[in-house]
Amino acid sequence: MKQLIFKTATNFLLPLLLLFSIFILLRGHYLPGGGFLGGIIASIAFVLHAFAFGLRNTRRLLRVSPMVLMPVGLALAVFSAILPFLQGLPIMTGLWLSDPLPVIGLVGSALLFDLGVYIVVLGVALTIIFTISESV
Amino acid sequence: MLLAVLSGFIVASFVPFAGKFLRGKWSFVLTLLPLILFIYFLSYLPAVSGNGTQLLSFNWVPSMGINFNFLVDGLSLLFALMITGIGTLVFLYTSAYMKGDAYLDRFYGYLCLFMGAMLGMVLSDNIFTLFVFWELTSISSFFLIGYNNENKESRKSALISLAVTGLGGFFLMAAFALMGYIAGTYSISEMMGSAAVLKEHGLYLLIVIFLFIAAFSKSAQYPLHFWLPGAMKAPTPVSTYLHSATMVKAGIYLLARFTPVLGHVAVWNNTLMIVGGFTMLYAAFHSIFKKDLKEILAYSTISALGMLVFLLGLGTSEALLAATVFIITHALYKATLFLVTGIIDHEAGTREIAALSGLRKVLLPVALAGLLAMLSNSGIPPSFGFVGKDLIYESTLGSEIGAAALTAVTVFTNILLLYASILVGVKPFAGPLPDAFSKVHLPDWRMWVPPLLLGSAGLILGLFPGVIEGSLISPALLSIDPSAPLFHLQLWHGFNTILGLSAVTIFGGILLYFFFKPSLRHDTWLEKLYKSSPKQVALQFSQHFRNFAAVWTRLIQNGYLRIYVLIIISFLTTLLAYKSFTQVVFYVDLSQISPLTSAELVVMTILIAAVIYVVYTPSRLSAVAAMGVIGYCICLIFVFYSAPDLAMTQFAIDTLTVILFILVLYRLPKYITYASWLIRLRDGLISLFFGALITILALEVLNEPTQKVTTQFYAANAYTLAKGKNVVNVILVDFRGIDTLIEITVLTISALGVFALLKLQLNKYDQEL
Repeated sequence: MKQLIFKTATNFLLPLLLLFSIFILLRGHYLPGGGFLGGIIASIAFVLHAFAFGLRNTRRLLRVSPMVLMPVGLALAVFSAILPFLQGLPIMTGLWLSDPLPVIGLVGSALLFDLGVYIVVLGVALTIIFTISESV
Repeated sequence: MLLAVLSGFIVASFVPFAGKFLRGKWSFVLTLLPLILFIYFLSYLPAVSGNGTQLLSFNWVPSMGINFNFLVDGLSLLFALMITGIGTLVFLYTSAYMKGDAYLDRFYGYLCLFMGAMLGMVLSDNIFTLFVFWELTSISSFFLIGYNNENKESRKSALISLAVTGLGGFFLMAAFALMGYIAGTYSISEMMGSAAVLKEHGLYLLIVIFLFIAAFSKSAQYPLHFWLPGAMKAPTPVSTYLHSATMVKAGIYLLARFTPVLGHVAVWNNTLMIVGGFTMLYAAFHSIFKKDLKEILAYSTISALGMLVFLLGLGTSEALLAATVFIITHALYKATLFLVTGIIDHEAGTREIAALSGLRKVLLPVALAGLLAMLSNSGIPPSFGFVGKDLIYESTLGSEIGAAALTAVTVFTNILLLYASILVGVKPFAGPLPDAFSKVHLPDWRMWVPPLLLGSAGLILGLFPGVIEGSLISPALLSIDPSAPLFHLQLWHGFNTILGLSAVTIFGGILLYFFFKPSLRHDTWLEKLYKSSPKQVALQFSQHFRNFAAVWTRLIQNGYLRIYVLIIISFLTTLLAYKSFTQVVFYVDLSQISPLTSAELVVMTILIAAVIYVVYTPSRLSAVAAMGVIGYCICLIFVFYSAPDLAMTQFAIDTLTVILFILVLYRLPKYITYASWLIRLRDGLISLFFGALITILALEVLNEPTQKVTTQFYAANAYTLAKGKNVVNVILVDFRGIDTLIEITVLTISALGVFALLKLQLNKYDQEL
């Protein structure tokens, strides 16, 4: 699999796919997409990279172990869920900023939650795939 | 109030971060927590002694009637004061007893947890919060009993006690669910009003049986008593706190709390009398043959608990008063004796009763504490125990049925208990001091002051029972028995039968001490008895259960993935087939099916071709590729039926799955047909059946009228309530966000599972190399 074309293509595909995954994540509230799908796409990007350059290089690129992503994402999701509770509202009430941000659009606790889902899914997919490919 | 109850949990959650600090000489700082709580609960005393009960509510899940309602009345205050008061002394004692322990901070964390759970339990007015705290005491005591987790016996004892008390918990839940259902309220104070309804309901018997099993398991009544002696493997502060003063009294508390609601019925009273009476005699009898100080105490505790149950069973006002007083006296003297035992164990290094003597010469204050506790335990005047014992005899004598027999049993039990208390409280300190113990010295004051305080309290209360009579005992009695008449506690009743019985008890016990010596003959005889004891039965049962589980697992989950799939699918097929062919009228409404478009036709053809290819291809890799094709075809079908979210996700997932498959299959050997044609036929048939069934179900679903209400709600409110236009996503992150949260948690767990499984395998491989 270590062909030149594949490697070169991956160099371009990785940032593109990651951007695309974030795009999917952000548009999720209005159009098809969301954290789950975004996470899967991001993990595909990294898996492609691993195929092209070897797992060791992908791990170096990621800097943190994918295992770390799972608790981080979970914490983010839980945080977004209890955020309204701290303000005296029932858990998981949607909170929104009054004005939309440029590019991103309207930001609320739902986006934070979706970001948590994104990170967890990325962490889970990469953990499973990396572990399996290391052990076979 | 909420803060007071939850403070144990809050402190416990911060203890791990202060580990280093607490392990050192600052460990006694945590003593402040129970002390502050003790003072806090004392402040309720004036209000409660005026018979003003206080109900404090904090909403938790109001929609389900589950709230933090705390009821401060005499009974709960009595227990709360015991928990925090004895807790203070135990916390102090621990800081010296466990000095230098590597995990002292953890131990304190467990203790705080336990204290919080206990407080929550006795103060809860809502049966479900009561249940939650009840279970929390079981769980925290599991950690405390198994604290020496490197000791196999200790782990086993912790497991047994968790199993027994956990079993009780199940029954408690069942009893509470029934009671809540019948009474129509989850509040205990409101249930008092519907006592008559509960008692006349057809399920009354069931409720009582469930409640009794729960109470008996926690309070170590025969035949569920056997976990308590084992729990003595725990460090002494734990035995003191949990197994004498607080946790084992939880069952007693439960029975006392529900006496006004469910009590004064023949079944209730007779069962309690029989079980309690038998337990107190059985355990007292066993206690005199034990040779380990803690074991003697364990059995005498079971016996005392039996007596409490017995008194609650008698159910007369005198008996309930006697029970209330006995709860206090027992907590005071038994905690003292445990603490004394702990000091002996700590300093002399043994708990063998035969080896100990003469320690008064080196541990004078401890000996004094032991003596005081013994006085109270034996009911020798002027201790508080004497007051309590008098009340017990008074209530048995006043019983309507078999007064003489009941009194005889009680007297006999008390004689045996007195013998046991002399053995623990006096024997180690009397006589000459052996050379082996000449170097024993008095421990830190933090260890000997608590037992001395508790011991003296028994004496002071005996001399001046008026101190707590009106303020504590009377309100407590009134919460068990609202119609109880006024009473007056006193040390001296004049010369009467009761005094005679007390004298008989005391002399009987002392005579027994001088003339009874355990011998080898007793041991062999007891050994036989032990073989048929409930503990053996329970252990045998658990052994058989484990064997059965092993066989069952080998049968169903034998490690071959194909067998797992086979079993799951055939079970599902059988179940679905049975259900749909016996209870559903089967018909297909062809008019509902939309006409086939040409695009669909193409996709379908590819799909079917791919499926056939997967089944017949000789190459593993091409099978995977064909599976990918199937997945993508399904994506297309989703697109045709306007489900872009599903299609996109399916597309991404399919890509990942194919990658995963390739990763795994890459190194596997070539495809070889291992299975015989018979097995292939079997697998084929099962697959066909399963496929056919799913098809039938899919057609069947078309006939069912779809439930439109929820769909419409989501569609209508997605934008107005959640500011989202993509309904699917709004459902995922907002309407059903908790589901998603749980799902990603499950994902995480499964990823960790994969990681652990594979890495474990690697390590094993490494070791073999």
